[in-house]
Amino acid sequence: MPDTLPPDSVGLVTPQSLHFDTPLQLDCGRTLPQYDFVYETYGKLNPEHSNAVLICHALSGDHHAAGYHSMADRKPGWWETCIGPGKPIDTDRYFVVCPNNLGGCKGSTGPTSTNPANGKKYGPDFPIVTVKDWVRSQATLADAMGIEQWAAVIGGSLGGMQSIQWAIDYPDRVRHAVVIAAAPRLSAQNIAFNELARQAIMSDPDFHAGQYYDHGVIPRRGLMLARMLGHITYLSDDVMRSKFGRELREGKLNFGFDVEFQVESYLRYQGLSFVEHFDANTYLLMTKALDYFDPASEFDNDLAVAFRQARAEFLVISFTSDWRFSTARSREIVKALLEGGKHITYAKVSADQGHDAFLLPIPYYLDVFSSYMKREVTT
Amino acid sequence: MALRADLDIISGWITPGSRVLDLGCGDGALLAYLQDNRRVTGYGLEIDDANIVKCVQAGVNVIQTDLDAGLSDFQADAFDYVVMTQTLQAIYYPHRLLNEMLRIGREGIVTFPNFGHYQARIQIGLGGHMPISKSLPNEWYDTPNIHLCTVKDFERLCQQQNIHILQRNVVDHAHKTSLGMRLLPNLLGEIALYRFERKR
Repeated sequence: MPDTLPPDSVGLVTPQSLHFDTPLQLDCGRTLPQYDFVYETYGKLNPEHSNAVLICHALSGDHHAAGYHSMADRKPGWWETCIGPGKPIDTDRYFVVCPNNLGGCKGSTGPTSTNPANGKKYGPDFPIVTVKDWVRSQATLADAMGIEQWAAVIGGSLGGMQSIQWAIDYPDRVRHAVVIAAAPRLSAQNIAFNELARQAIMSDPDFHAGQYYDHGVIPRRGLMLARMLGHITYLSDDVMRSKFGRELREGKLNFGFDVEFQVESYLRYQGLSFVEHFDANTYLLMTKALDYFDPASEFDNDLAVAFRQARAEFLVISFTSDWRFSTARSREIVKALLEGGKHITYAKVSADQGHDAFLLPIPYYLDVFSSYMKREVTT
Repeated sequence: MALRADLDIISGWITPGSRVLDLGCGDGALLAYLQDNRRVTGYGLEIDDANIVKCVQAGVNVIQTDLDAGLSDFQADAFDYVVMTQTLQAIYYPHRLLNEMLRIGREGIVTFPNFGHYQARIQIGLGGHMPISKSLPNEWYDTPNIHLCTVKDFERLCQQQNIHILQRNVVDHAHKTSLGMRLLPNLLGEIALYRFERKR
């Protein structure tokens, strides 16, 4: 952590929380009798409440999108690149809200929370939540904060899917939907990767059918494998080659199964550090939310029809080396919006960093994003 | 800001309130002007990063795409006008694109540098080298222009492709016209502007 905070950072931030007693009806048919939201905000809400922006996080993200929790923090929030004074999501102009989604493990109600019905942790009993559920719950948070309409709902990857869902489900409450490195629904290949991640977790002997809290263990190996797999899909072949190549840690082959190549070392490190701060049941839930996301399914599988009621203006951004959600997937979204004559801007960013590119400071990406966000006059 | 002269001529051809698709829209100047002055709605297609940023700043809906990849994302008859300024000559298959323009639009508008202009003819015929002029500023080895054509060539292509020319304007590089250009367009015109539709 730097001794002084960078001037373009929102600086020190403190998470807040709100408790909701009104039951939340979920797509799976079950109801959450009560729930908590943990969230962070940056910038100031203007008197008209017209400058609020919602940030939706992706699979392993959380409410800590920008700034530092303490001067001892090694790293800032996950989207420090894009949120802060003078950045694309300019906190001098916007009031930024980023909640941890329900089913998460960073403070909002999820598998690690206590089930009021029996006083025990929900664990695997936590209902499977969908992107639609998240959007519905985020709307209750907006209500509680006095935000009638978001200036923009913004997200990358699974977060971008929430932007799409917001524009469809609450047409009057979203002025701009920013959809970055997303897809209108998962492909069979995407689902296959998710299934592999789930199988890795569920076949870990320490998983105990999701009741591992009772056994005082975590399915470390499974979760680590799931994360390693995820990381492969976040990077491109090119970036792996330039980052690791075939470089050997000890400069020679050892003819064994310990870590030899740098890429192995990287993946193991990513996997190991992840298991210490992420819950396996949450990981399972998040992958299911991804698999189920399919807004067109309610509209005869016609995405253009799904968007018919949307009134938001759209910014769609994709990255050329992203193979998890390729540019072709973003073009599906663009095509559907064009068909409906919606306001849409689409930028295809040349970048070799793969899916992860949406988190990185790529000049053209930040330029387009900033220029678009400046169009919305709020102050 | 004054509108580029050719865009000024084109905007006069466009009925207020119509839907316009601008292929290779550059910095979005035409669409921005039409939006502000003629209540036009529509999109620009553009490939260059710097231009995309300018379009976004100008408040123009822009889609980053390669025109050579086609226009299949657009439905038939989605637009009143499909416009393409100074881009036809840089396209792999101009004839296909012209037909695509009339699939998705009621009318097409194109402008291109006229290779039949007398200065071009003199440079190639007497000088024996590829022409370089204000409207054709690039060296042959470093040019986006791969399908240069003359007024005559274009009109013959329209004939072949069943395209009916509604309006033609031939101008110099400052986008001024003259009696001479009107009488001998292929010899004296530097830039040609056309409005056309599908022959019925």
